[in-house]
Amino acid sequence: MKNKSSQPPAKCLRNRKQRATTFLFTAPYIIWMCVFILIPLGVVFFYAMTDANTGLFTFANLSKVFSPAFMKIFGRSIWYSLLASAICLVIGYPVAYFIARQKPSVQRTLYLLVMLPMCMSFLLRTLAWVGLLQDTGIINRFLGLFGIGPLHLIRNTGAVILGMVYNYLPYMIMPLYTVIMKIDPLLIEAAEDLGCNSRRTFQKVIFPLSIPGIVSGVTMVFVPAVSTFYISQKLGSTSTTMIGDVIESQFKTAYNPNLGAALSLVLMVLIFVCVGIMNRFAGSDTEGQVVV
Amino acid sequence: MSRKLIRLHDLVMEFDGERILDNINLYINDHEFLTLLGPSGCGKTTTLRIIGGFLTPTSGDVLFDDKRINDVPAYERQINTVFQRYALFPHLDVYDNIAFGLRVSKLPKAEIDERVNEMLEVVSLKGYENRKISALSGGQQQRVAIARALVNRPKVLLLDEPLGALDLRLRKDMQNELKRIQQAMGITFIYVTHDQEEALAMSDTIVVMDKGRIQQIGRPEDIYNEPKNAFVADFIGESNILDGVMLADCQVKFFGRTFQCVDKGFAKNEPVDVVIRPEDIDIVAPDGGHLSGTVTSVTFKGLNYDIIVDFKGFKWLIQTTDFHPVGAHIGIRLTPEDIHVMPKSEYSGQFGDYSSYSAEYDELTEDAENEE
Repeated sequence: MKNKSSQPPAKCLRNRKQRATTFLFTAPYIIWMCVFILIPLGVVFFYAMTDANTGLFTFANLSKVFSPAFMKIFGRSIWYSLLASAICLVIGYPVAYFIARQKPSVQRTLYLLVMLPMCMSFLLRTLAWVGLLQDTGIINRFLGLFGIGPLHLIRNTGAVILGMVYNYLPYMIMPLYTVIMKIDPLLIEAAEDLGCNSRRTFQKVIFPLSIPGIVSGVTMVFVPAVSTFYISQKLGSTSTTMIGDVIESQFKTAYNPNLGAALSLVLMVLIFVCVGIMNRFAGSDTEGQVVV
Repeated sequence: MSRKLIRLHDLVMEFDGERILDNINLYINDHEFLTLLGPSGCGKTTTLRIIGGFLTPTSGDVLFDDKRINDVPAYERQINTVFQRYALFPHLDVYDNIAFGLRVSKLPKAEIDERVNEMLEVVSLKGYENRKISALSGGQQQRVAIARALVNRPKVLLLDEPLGALDLRLRKDMQNELKRIQQAMGITFIYVTHDQEEALAMSDTIVVMDKGRIQQIGRPEDIYNEPKNAFVADFIGESNILDGVMLADCQVKFFGRTFQCVDKGFAKNEPVDVVIRPEDIDIVAPDGGHLSGTVTSVTFKGLNYDIIVDFKGFKWLIQTTDFHPVGAHIGIRLTPEDIHVMPKSEYSGQFGDYSSYSAEYDELTEDAENEE
């Protein structure tokens, strides 16, 4: 005997159908995420937690990461990246503000110019700076015409920071421009109407409203900068080595992927912590406007 | 009371060679509620923005208390603005929005607190201090905008279509509220609107503008009863406008008939525009009136019927509380007070003909939508 009440009502059926469709559309990404993000992460985790020779579980790799030598490099990477982010902000904000205040056609052209360097290879752009800065480079040869130099412009901290600023500046300008462009000009008029001169209008209205852009910009510069490699190898010296370079060398020259994985893991956690602090810093009332 | 606070002298404004304002001369009295009224693109908002200091006129002077303020920036003027789309600061709550101007002028904290609370009471927003702007309804945002401007105790408050985004009921409430606040605080209001009913209901003085020029300045009653030209007659309320000839003082001929009127001072046989308001017309038996015609359309408007009556091919709008069916033959009677005579102007012949009645209604609603 059939039990009628066990048949699902029509509404339930529709829900199930809807869920099936949703799954169908999200499936490609879910598969992608598993194969290329979650599984590799698991592999990194596995390597970090196992011994290179025996393959057994160990904390040795992690404890090596927390040795003073590596900690110093971690500290340097974070310090350089913060410095580069701050310089990008100082250079990028006025640029973004200027672009956002132009006519739409001019805006498009200027924005394109900002983006243009990104069309070229990252490695090429960094190598170009070597050609510019080295003792026999273009700048020094030019200065030599006037009997100046040669100045030692390369193989120091300044050159590494310069390389980072140059490479990541567009990532600062992009979100800043987007946020500033969206500020209603009427709000600026309202501030003037209420007694603000242009300096106070900036302080009290434009700057607070562009904080979400600042947070996104700093994040977009900081995260790739802290894990970067190659820039320091080409523009810096052994005293400017960054954690990205160390990780690379563990895999490519030192043949210690277990230590490399442990370093990567710690770096990832550090980045999460830094980004978390920055987002908190922006205030909780930005309502998730932060786009990373 | 009637001290002249603001004067606009030969104001001209041009954008890309196009003349937006054409020789505006206007004075605004202290404590006055003055409305700039006109269709979109008539120059009313431009005039307001010049007074507020957001635009610099191409030529002419803006005088405030007899001092030229053309080059005084907006932030140094004793004038505050309620913007059309409110322009509230989204990163601040209700309290901080209202306190904005007071904080900029660095008043002591206690005084800021007192004045903000006072304003919250005036606009009935007590208890909403810490609300986010995005959590407020349109009417509440509107009241925050008014409070934010008024808390600075400006000499003049500029309002740019402040009620445009509100629904009809709320708009009516806010009209009364604004008028009450203006009278209670004794502040000069300069109000921009394209809504003639709103202008008539709130203003001490109405300035009717079109094509960058002032068409008429006057009290609401004067503007309505004595429009200066066909544009004003048509824009303020409904009007039947006919070609006529002034035979002598108090004698005007139209529709081949001579009528008694109350207008004087025209040349003998001067062609004129004759305005007859639809609500002034008395309907009588077909043979008992001055003219007789046939009803061609009836629209129920709640308070009255709008009927279109064909008088020998010329269609009039008549508003009546009695129902007359389509096809009915009726007569009308006009007393001398019902007839208003205006000199011919550039607007003659453009307005006041109800042959295409429904089309005109479409145009009006379209206009209102464009203003949004």
